Amino acid sequence: MIDRRYYKGSSDGKRPLTRDPLAQVKSRYDVIVIGSGLAGLTAANVLAKLGRRIALLEQHYNLGGMATWFKRKGGHVFDVSLHGFPVGMIKTCRRHWNRTISERIVRLDGIRFDNPQFSFETEFTRADFSNKLVEVFGIERARVDQFFAHLAGMNFYDDPGATVGDLFEQHFPGRGDVHRLLLEPIAYANGSNMKDPAIAFGIVFSNFMSQGVYTFSGGTDLLVREMRAELERNGVEIFSDAAVESIAVERGRVRGVQVLGRFLEAGAVVSNANLKHTVLSMVGERHFDRDFVAGVQAVRLNNSSCQVYMGLARGQTLAGNTDLLFTSTREAFDADSLCDFRGQSRTFSFYYPKTRPESGRYAVVCSTNAHFADWANLDASAYLREKARLCEEALAGLERYAPGIRSKLEHVEASTPRTFAFYTQHWQGASFGTKFEGLRYSLELSSQIEGLYHAGSVGIIMSGWLGAANYGVITANKVDAWMAAQLSPSLVPKA
Amino acid sequence: MTNDEIVLAIKDIIASIAPDEDLSGLVLDVKLREQIELDSMDFLDIVMELRKRYGVQVPEADYPNLATLQGCVDYLAPKLASKQLATSKMA
Repeated sequence: MIDRRYYKGSSDGKRPLTRDPLAQVKSRYDVIVIGSGLAGLTAANVLAKLGRRIALLEQHYNLGGMATWFKRKGGHVFDVSLHGFPVGMIKTCRRHWNRTISERIVRLDGIRFDNPQFSFETEFTRADFSNKLVEVFGIERARVDQFFAHLAGMNFYDDPGATVGDLFEQHFPGRGDVHRLLLEPIAYANGSNMKDPAIAFGIVFSNFMSQGVYTFSGGTDLLVREMRAELERNGVEIFSDAAVESIAVERGRVRGVQVLGRFLEAGAVVSNANLKHTVLSMVGERHFDRDFVAGVQAVRLNNSSCQVYMGLARGQTLAGNTDLLFTSTREAFDADSLCDFRGQSRTFSFYYPKTRPESGRYAVVCSTNAHFADWANLDASAYLREKARLCEEALAGLERYAPGIRSKLEHVEASTPRTFAFYTQHWQGASFGTKFEGLRYSLELSSQIEGLYHAGSVGIIMSGWLGAANYGVITANKVDAWMAAQLSPSLVPKA
Repeated sequence: MTNDEIVLAIKDIIASIAPDEDLSGLVLDVKLREQIELDSMDFLDIVMELRKRYGVQVPEADYPNLATLQGCVDYLAPKLASKQLATSKMA
């Protein structure tokens, strides 16, 4: 029995298990889903609706993975990753969850950029970005149209050789300010940088540009509560506090999982854990071809994050209607500097009572991209000192937009790459899964081990709330097709 | 299932996927994506529904066959020959 558990409100988040999280578990399921991030949740729900018997195992006490929140004394609730997602989430939720969920998805009112190169509000749509590029940046409209046409024509199967940097240089040569406008928000959304394949940027950027940025009214806690209720209605058996130790494989076929000292049999396993963790640690190298293992080992993890959570005291308010503020004091744009230990660029997400109408509270979350390595080896006192510095820098940054904010705040707290690694079990606290090359190995898992599938943040494209949820659907379809073929061999498509 | 019934079956699936779309004017030989708002995730949903309702498997390589209603009929006719039309209300 594992004695490592998370404990609400404790300093190290752990407590011993006082009950058996698997008391109600059955010995066999059609599909076991490991991890309840948005990809795992969605895969479980789709498969359950297709009639499969599903167990969903989550190591944390909450469902949601990185789509998470936490509460603090004084009635504060902080959302960790509810910064905004593309409009496509409405359709995905309506189709694969329910209308109660999809109808709570609303558009953000105000998105603002402010840095030494430009400062303005935007709808974050193609029309508004086009106007800004023409009117603020002085780019010819025909060039802007060409850029968007290029993005629209991008196919997943295109030559991945071209990088984001190549794409920007082709359309807006030497225009660091334009590159900043185009990349900065996406870098915060999925960890993209100039060296990533253009296609990864193009797909995600186009998704946002279609109709702006959306959020879930009611907060992440309500979303996850509604998802849990829907899963239960569809018969999914949910077990939290249940960390999977390993995935059992025999003769090239998945057999089940080992969890809290028990073996659970499964026809198929969907891992929503990080790809590298799934292959290299939960399954183990010996079950894969040598080339596949080498390939997975070479897959780069995406960066991690730091966040500062600031909760206003009851009765205190914030003026304005900016929901998302991309801000930097750095003179010129340098994509790599977004992850700097002492970075000058940060995104503020403002949460008004409209996010949680019942609570009437205001909160601000400051996010910066970060490298795990910069934080991994700090001793205890240095770690505390650097967390305090993070908080101070976030406050100083926020004060420029909300004068007097310090006196309104009741709770300020920082998280680091170490925090993300601890709560999510993602290697190196990766916030956005893997870089582009991970996608191939994620998609090919079942060609190595029959019945083993992956659905989680990989390849930049399958990242963020919409990317993850949609990847859950894609993987559920593959699993269901395979299981249908197992039951009825005549259905196997002839090659 | 007759060819007309296959068209009905596909339209019924699309209606469940894209409930806001008006499907009354769909023509057979123009790409569905050019007539209504359908993206690649919607085509995946069509494939999942075909499997759920009729036990028909459409491998990924064959997805392009579903681009038009006529393409659906041509591709699915042999697979659906022995099946009964099911609507979402009956399924």
